[in-house]
Amino acid sequence: MDFNDSPEEAAFRAEVKNWLASNATLRTEGSDDPYAGMSEKELLKLAREWQSKKANARFAQITWPEEFGGRGGTPIQSVIYGQEEAKYAVPRGFFEIGLGMCVPTMMAFASKEQLERYVSPALHGEEIWCQLFSEPSAGSDVAGLKTRCVKDGDDWILNGQKVWTSGAHFSDFGIIVARSDPKARKHKGLTFFFIDMKAPGVEVRPIKQISGASNFNEVYFTDVRIPDSQRLGEVGEGWKVALTTLMHERLAIGGGSGGVDLRELMSLAQSMELEDGPAMANAAVREKIADWYVRAKGLQYTRYRTLTALSKGEIPGPESSIGKVVSAPKLQEIASFGMEIEDMGGILTDPDLAPLDAAMQQSYFWAPGIRIAGGTDEILRNIIAERVLGLPGDIRVDKDKPYDELPSGH
Amino acid sequence: MNFDFSDDQKFLKDQANKFLTERCETTVPRGILEGDAPYDKKLWQAIVEMGWTGVTIPEEYGGLGLGYLELCVIAEELGRSLAPVPFSSSVYLATEALLVAGTDDQKKKYLPKLASGELIGTFALAEGAKVPLPKTIVTKLSGGKISGTKLPVPDGDVADFAIVAAVTDSSGSESSVALSIVDLTGKGVKRASVGTIDPTRSHAAVTFDNADAEALGDSDAGWALTRRVFDRAAVLFSFEQVGGADRCLEMAKDYAMGRYAFGRQIASFQAIKHKLADMYIKNQLGRSNAYYGAWALSTDAPELPIAAAGARISASEAYDYASKELIQTHGGIGFTWEMDCHLFLRRAKLLSLCLGGPRGWKDRLVSALERRNAA
Repeated sequence: MDFNDSPEEAAFRAEVKNWLASNATLRTEGSDDPYAGMSEKELLKLAREWQSKKANARFAQITWPEEFGGRGGTPIQSVIYGQEEAKYAVPRGFFEIGLGMCVPTMMAFASKEQLERYVSPALHGEEIWCQLFSEPSAGSDVAGLKTRCVKDGDDWILNGQKVWTSGAHFSDFGIIVARSDPKARKHKGLTFFFIDMKAPGVEVRPIKQISGASNFNEVYFTDVRIPDSQRLGEVGEGWKVALTTLMHERLAIGGGSGGVDLRELMSLAQSMELEDGPAMANAAVREKIADWYVRAKGLQYTRYRTLTALSKGEIPGPESSIGKVVSAPKLQEIASFGMEIEDMGGILTDPDLAPLDAAMQQSYFWAPGIRIAGGTDEILRNIIAERVLGLPGDIRVDKDKPYDELPSGH
Repeated sequence: MNFDFSDDQKFLKDQANKFLTERCETTVPRGILEGDAPYDKKLWQAIVEMGWTGVTIPEEYGGLGLGYLELCVIAEELGRSLAPVPFSSSVYLATEALLVAGTDDQKKKYLPKLASGELIGTFALAEGAKVPLPKTIVTKLSGGKISGTKLPVPDGDVADFAIVAAVTDSSGSESSVALSIVDLTGKGVKRASVGTIDPTRSHAAVTFDNADAEALGDSDAGWALTRRVFDRAAVLFSFEQVGGADRCLEMAKDYAMGRYAFGRQIASFQAIKHKLADMYIKNQLGRSNAYYGAWALSTDAPELPIAAAGARISASEAYDYASKELIQTHGGIGFTWEMDCHLFLRRAKLLSLCLGGPRGWKDRLVSALERRNAA
């Protein structure tokens, strides 16, 4: 056991370090976020520039084949790049969904001409993609979606609504799954397309979250025309295509859940005084810190096991599936407990008045969403139970009936 | 990044698994639970013959001179199989104490016999239902003689010698604790088996009345040495815990797949599926923390106190949950003596308390984190 790179990995890391050193600025501990206070438009401009630099150096999608601008690299090289880039102040968060999920789905189902047209601009940050799956009445059970597509000559007409679409408002294209045949069984009547987000009839509206902020969108479609040439997969086979997309979602090695962690909680506990002395000396506080510490470290070392498998060129074991189901509730618990330590003042939300610039309060209103996004706690437990442990699937009452005969509530 | 066991170590684990699957079905610990013997002598003899008692003992002292990673994989299998033998007392505690604190003469005297199984050793710290600390230990060491009662001492009724923690004065300071090697078959030692929650692992009350004590380590270093030995043992026990917890998950799954209620396998109900998923999650967290402990132990890393505490807390939580929910998954039948579920419930709680419970380890973990953050 060791945490060292193999000679090949070390050589690659050196190449990455070298390139980053001459193309980006190191992040310094304790310094202000260089992007704080910047508008999304300004940030996006910087992100596009950085993405283009990365793509030209073939660091943008390392595992993609060379013909698509990658370097045919290994997953571990991708991880190494990510580790090194994390040390630098570079703008992130605009291209991950497009490059991680949408374009790989295109690669599996689009024509050669389409790939020639779309892959490179996406890779270079010139065009941005989003993913349109969830609907107000189809979340965990996404195959229950209602958005309708009807064939009209060489086109399809799309009507309906998608929800929780990250980045829809700055996206140029999107991948979407819609219902082409309501008389068919639920999973059989779906068809998959890529669409132009600027097409007439596409309307993007921000969703106001429980915090009051807006990080996601809902997207409405009113008689939107999609050329049949933008169909991915066969008519009625949209679920198969969607599974390809979702498989790519799971391949992404999850980091944390964002928000506060032990570092913030310990720093808070070190500065607060409780009934019996410093919070850091309080037995209840210490016990909770220890519990969350071993969970956080358990996840980190589980990631090490996953990386080890990747490093050996093996497929990671199922242990990598536990990440979010552990980190999201932990985030919620830490935020809640942090506010409890702040006691009567824990209700304050003004960054100038609440400790740590109100980080605990912000995470308190962020964590509920993380427990739902990208697979709810409950769906993730089902996945572990069925795919990892091999337990039977639930008895389904919706599988063999036509979609339009299924009961629907809200 | 190579955060995994080597192929050779995995092969050793496989061998240990095969050996124990054959030699230590649950009828073996059950035989100890229901009989009078303190441990399974046949199994112990076979384990000694496999060389497992000498895995980490250097060759010059009659051992195999392998590393701690090899011992970790064996520990996992011993935990899985609930092996009713004095392995942990003799190997994780007595052998480790001698390796950490023994003089060359002491190593020569004891280690070859521990490796060959000629001697069984143990470690005597607890003095009844209280937290053993420098200020609470009563057993007294004076002029090379030791007096007091240690209870419960793991394998105290079958061990040939014990490493005993005693105080040299009543100051309550850490430097008042000294370790001694005491011959349990010698003059001034009385011992009697005591009933515990897990009779598949024997425990005793051992009373010393002016018994001869051979110093182990400096006379003011006993407490620091105890913590060092316990940190090392915590990693090894965490592998036993992870092994046991995984076995609980497998048994719970097998039962849930074969049991039908309301016209279907109970394994198809989300209430059961989510319970088993939670077992899996906790077991993986425990395993990953144990691996980190194994790395720290095998490389003698300065992170060992943090790594050991993390492994112990996480593996204790995993086994505790898995053993409780194993019974719950079985329903009424799981609560009966005849089903094996309670063997795991017993062992899980024993292992979580045997080096001191998670509460104390959590406190020490946070202290270690504070020290590291301050540095």
